[in-house]
Amino acid sequence: MTAEDRRAHTRAHTRADLLVAGGGPAGLTAAATAASGGLSVVLVDSGHALGGQYWRHPPAGAQMSGTDGFHHDLTAYRSLVDTISGHAETGLVDLRLGHHAWTVRRDEDGIELHVVDRRRPGADRAVVLRGRRLLVASGAYDRQLPFPGWDLPGVYTAGALQALLKGGGVAAGRRVLVAGTGPFLLPVAVGLADAGVRVVGVHEANDPRRWLRHARAVAALPGKAVEGVEYAAALLRHRIPVRVRSTVVAAHGRERVEAVTVARLDRDGRLIEGTQQRIAVDAVGVGWGFTPQLELAVSLGCELIGSEDGNAVVDVDAWQRTSVPGVLAAGETTGIGGALLAGLEGRLAAEGLLREVGCGAPSVRLRPVRRAVARQRAFSRAMREAHPVPAGWPAWLDDETTICRCEEVRHRVVREAVASGASDGRQVKQLTRTGMGWCQGRICGFAVECLARGEVPGVAAPAPASERLVAAPLTLGALARLPSHEVE
Amino acid sequence: MSTSTFRFDGTDIAFVPGQSVGAALVAAGRPSWRTTRHEGSPRGLFCGIGVCFDCLVTVDGFPNERACLVLAEAGQQVSTQEGSGHDR
Ligand code: FES
Repeated sequence: MTAEDRRAHTRAHTRADLLVAGGGPAGLTAAATAASGGLSVVLVDSGHALGGQYWRHPPAGAQMSGTDGFHHDLTAYRSLVDTISGHAETGLVDLRLGHHAWTVRRDEDGIELHVVDRRRPGADRAVVLRGRRLLVASGAYDRQLPFPGWDLPGVYTAGALQALLKGGGVAAGRRVLVAGTGPFLLPVAVGLADAGVRVVGVHEANDPRRWLRHARAVAALPGKAVEGVEYAAALLRHRIPVRVRSTVVAAHGRERVEAVTVARLDRDGRLIEGTQQRIAVDAVGVGWGFTPQLELAVSLGCELIGSEDGNAVVDVDAWQRTSVPGVLAAGETTGIGGALLAGLEGRLAAEGLLREVGCGAPSVRLRPVRRAVARQRAFSRAMREAHPVPAGWPAWLDDETTICRCEEVRHRVVREAVASGASDGRQVKQLTRTGMGWCQGRICGFAVECLARGEVPGVAAPAPASERLVAAPLTLGALARLPSHEVE
Repeated sequence: MSTSTFRFDGTDIAFVPGQSVGAALVAAGRPSWRTTRHEGSPRGLFCGIGVCFDCLVTVDGFPNERACLVLAEAGQQVSTQEGSGHDR
């Protein structure tokens, strides 16, 4: 047995104080805080480097240069990574990159997180990680609405354009248009322009004047206003045309996208006929806010609540504890709110645990943290209300538009199912196979819910969260190789 | 900045160490590398973060790898995947 094997063996039999699922701002901050307070932590992330989507980095040893320019608050990121690495060296933190969670169990002793080590293609290895508590910090992914041609190569999620840039130093096109809604579109556009891409337009579906209703929430966070002004200046400097109440309603091309049609939207988010305009592009990035990844929380039975953006999110108390004992949640899983809020919530979760087990320094004053959380939450609520999915979006679908990309279910088929009585996403799924493919409805689920209900889900009746963890389709081989001591 | 190559359907694709197979293909001007099971439509990378499964490729003989997640390595054999890979 090598030293590494021995350590792995010991770990399989001991429970860490805290399992952290997700190495983005929330998970990193929680892990660093908890370990610095003396708790043993297992930090799991499916990526090849710490940081999650927000601080997405190339893996260690990568050689592309200059991706740092795409990042905000790099100092905070570096200091967190340094802290984690320091604790990883002493064994207090067990860092598991390239590990995908596929199931989770809870009993009176704690949590068992079943993950697959997928660092090498074809060499999947199943691993069971044990902890007394679990922090769900699994983040979110771009929310999508279908449109004719959205399945053409060259049409990406806004997040994909960002991920290619930050993680791989790759610009997805030379003439790129960015569309959808929300402040996230701005850094995507500016990042592309900084990389030398001609950004032919940012099309924001909502009217920025919607923010005026939330003047107080904005005024409480001058930093956000400065950030906004910086982006505005950068857009101007790069001469990027910004169009509000406008969006992409179709993509055209044969083997790949060659052009898009954009159109104006009225105050209620309905397409204004006659305003369509064709723009030549070789790539498009679209995003309609984000969907939190709740599979771990859902399979553990955590209570969910509705959020203003129509998402279901995990309900947490003042210490980020969910309704299930021993299970905490922080960051986007508790409501889309951005990296700063995620980090603060991760901090609160860890401080709460340290107090609970008595190794905290209750002298640490959390008042300022709580005040900052309150301000950030008010701001993110304003953001979710100012950037809704346009109510009239289904108007830009035609009969043949693909709704479910995995199972290739067209709009016509979904409409027939709704006409024959299917009134929610689940019923449409049973009739048409939407959401039954590889992605399990992560991409089309929200759109199908809209189409089935005939309206956009809201805070009172959010779209149901995806329940099944398919993040790691497991090969039987990996299960067979599961060492016996790691099986129940 | 050094570059290496992997094989993709018989051609060499250059990549910078640290890039995913998908990122390298996009950088090489190939936005698609798969056709869908029912309609044979071309697909490539869509979400870029492992959520959508549009980007499936076969890597060194193993099907259903997400090109946006798998790191490119020198000498790797990458090939297009026809259909969904469900029927492996
Ligand atoms: S591009 Fe979506 S999983 Fe790879």
